Amino acid sequence: MRFEWFIAIRYLREGKAQTALVLGGTTVGVAVLIFLTALISGLQRTLVAQTLSAQAHVFVKPPERVARPLPSPDPVADHVEKVPDRVRSIEQWQQVLASIGTMPGVVAATPTAAGAAFASRGPATKSVTLRGIDPESFARVIDVVTKMKSGRFALEGAEAIIGTVLASDLGVGVGDKVRVATPEGRGDVFTVAGVFDLGNKEVNARWVFVPLRSAQTMLDVPGGATTIEVKVDEIFEAERMAREIARRYGLAADSWMELNQQLLVGLRSQSASSWMIQVLVVLAVALGIASVLGVSVIQKSREIGILKATGTSTGAIQRIFLLEGALVGGAGSVLGALLGSGMAVAFARLARAPTGDPLFPVDLTPGLYLGAAAIAILTGTLAAWFPATRAARLEPAEVIRYG
Amino acid sequence: MGEADAAVLRLEGITRDFGEGEARTRVLRGIDFSLRRGEFAALMGPSGSGKSTLLHVMGLLDRPTGGRVVLDGRDTGTLDDDGLTRCRGRTLGFVFQFHHLLPGFTALENVVIPMAADAGRLEPPMRDRGRALLDRVGLASRADARATTLSGGQAQRVAIARSLAMNPRIVLADEPTGNLDTQTADEVFSLLRDVNRDQGVTFLVVTHDRRLAERTDRIIELVDGRLVSDLPNLPS
Repeated sequence: MRFEWFIAIRYLREGKAQTALVLGGTTVGVAVLIFLTALISGLQRTLVAQTLSAQAHVFVKPPERVARPLPSPDPVADHVEKVPDRVRSIEQWQQVLASIGTMPGVVAATPTAAGAAFASRGPATKSVTLRGIDPESFARVIDVVTKMKSGRFALEGAEAIIGTVLASDLGVGVGDKVRVATPEGRGDVFTVAGVFDLGNKEVNARWVFVPLRSAQTMLDVPGGATTIEVKVDEIFEAERMAREIARRYGLAADSWMELNQQLLVGLRSQSASSWMIQVLVVLAVALGIASVLGVSVIQKSREIGILKATGTSTGAIQRIFLLEGALVGGAGSVLGALLGSGMAVAFARLARAPTGDPLFPVDLTPGLYLGAAAIAILTGTLAAWFPATRAARLEPAEVIRYG
Repeated sequence: MGEADAAVLRLEGITRDFGEGEARTRVLRGIDFSLRRGEFAALMGPSGSGKSTLLHVMGLLDRPTGGRVVLDGRDTGTLDDDGLTRCRGRTLGFVFQFHHLLPGFTALENVVIPMAADAGRLEPPMRDRGRALLDRVGLASRADARATTLSGGQAQRVAIARSLAMNPRIVLADEPTGNLDTQTADEVFSLLRDVNRDQGVTFLVVTHDRRLAERTDRIIELVDGRLVSDLPNLPS
């Protein structure tokens, strides 16, 4: 066994109360680190997942039309009015779609023809968003298949898939007929093939999926696609991907991040405050270790002098105390990991929605444990630096004479 | 073999000052003497005469303000702190007045520590040597006792075993019996004498006790930081 380990472990075992105190502090610190990180990252992952359950990561649209005054030496217009926009298709959308599909980082892309419409059955009429889709490729961008409440996610001929809220508003179920018409009056009657619940009331009340071809006809964009919806593999890369797509194809592209800025601001401030708490906890643990080891160096100054007198080098003395700090950090991270994950799991069990469902899962990953352990050991070693250096500088003659 | 070769430790013009400026006091005022191989010498002197300071300078625990400490023909003034520590660990043994055992460790571990410190690791053969040394001082049976549970005499014997752990050339003992009753003091002193005779280890023992000093080969007296007498103590 290394000499320094032998002495450091013995000193820790010998100073029971001190060791217990500083180990307790470190354990609580690591537990807070793990609990908070697991909680926040679980919460954020769930929030993002909920947001993206009914939303593609990037929306590609035709470029905005801008009214340009005629170039002329004398200004002829003092006011430029924006062109009122109608539903337009993306030019050459088939090529664009195929090309986007091959971009690195893109998981899937699907064309849609979307516009405003009314859905009615008998006297009940609701304003809805008509979404003409190709169910097969759409399902690769937004998972609707597993969110079906009844029926199936497939469209053959004049079939429609609607949300749970709209189904109950109109009082329809699978097999019933619904009339869908645009404000321009183009309409058709669809048979409900399925009812979905995407976990978002607005979406469940408004989205009506119909075959792409039917929507094209009703929205008067024959053979066209008004949007291409894209799923990427790194969700927080979506904004960069959107800009890249806009640049490459000369189209307008929005990412989910742009469309959910408040959520992102919320997530960021949550992360920032959790970071601040964690930094303060680490600081408190470091101060605790430093002060307890500092006291122990003073108490042990005579012993340190004896060790030096009997051939222990200055470097070895320093390493003994650094090692004590590292060992406290290491042991604290093991105990803290147990306590922290216990707290996180208990919290996830106890905190439930009013319906009794778990609110969100906590994220306890191996990386989190390794990270916490690394921080604890590093903190312990750094905190031990000052006491260790002080111990190493003790003059044996002085402490033996006066000690 | 000339006298220079026989000197295992030589002090040349040693001075040692403490304090700064006005408060500066010279504790050692120019000490010259040598310890010969295998010698058993006593260092005597009243309190405050500089005995302990001299012992610390000889033991490389403290650097002199002026002069040279030559150990085994080597000027120790040129060594850095780690060099001094290594040199101290390998050639010098210490026995202090208050035994100074490490309280959290057993008797055996206290004896093993100098060996482990020098090697950088604790190895099983060190324990065997430690047991042999404890046996030598008559404490084999107390090897696994905590240092804090040993009597004064026992602790001082363990300290002697520890001082011998690295096969030192010289053992420096600072009032090794100062804290013991007369009978125990006699026993401990006899042990030192036996180790000196059997193993040829050089001893310098600081003592107040004239009766014990009479049992050494040489008596050196220090008063006010100067050597006032250095006499061979011939058996009568």
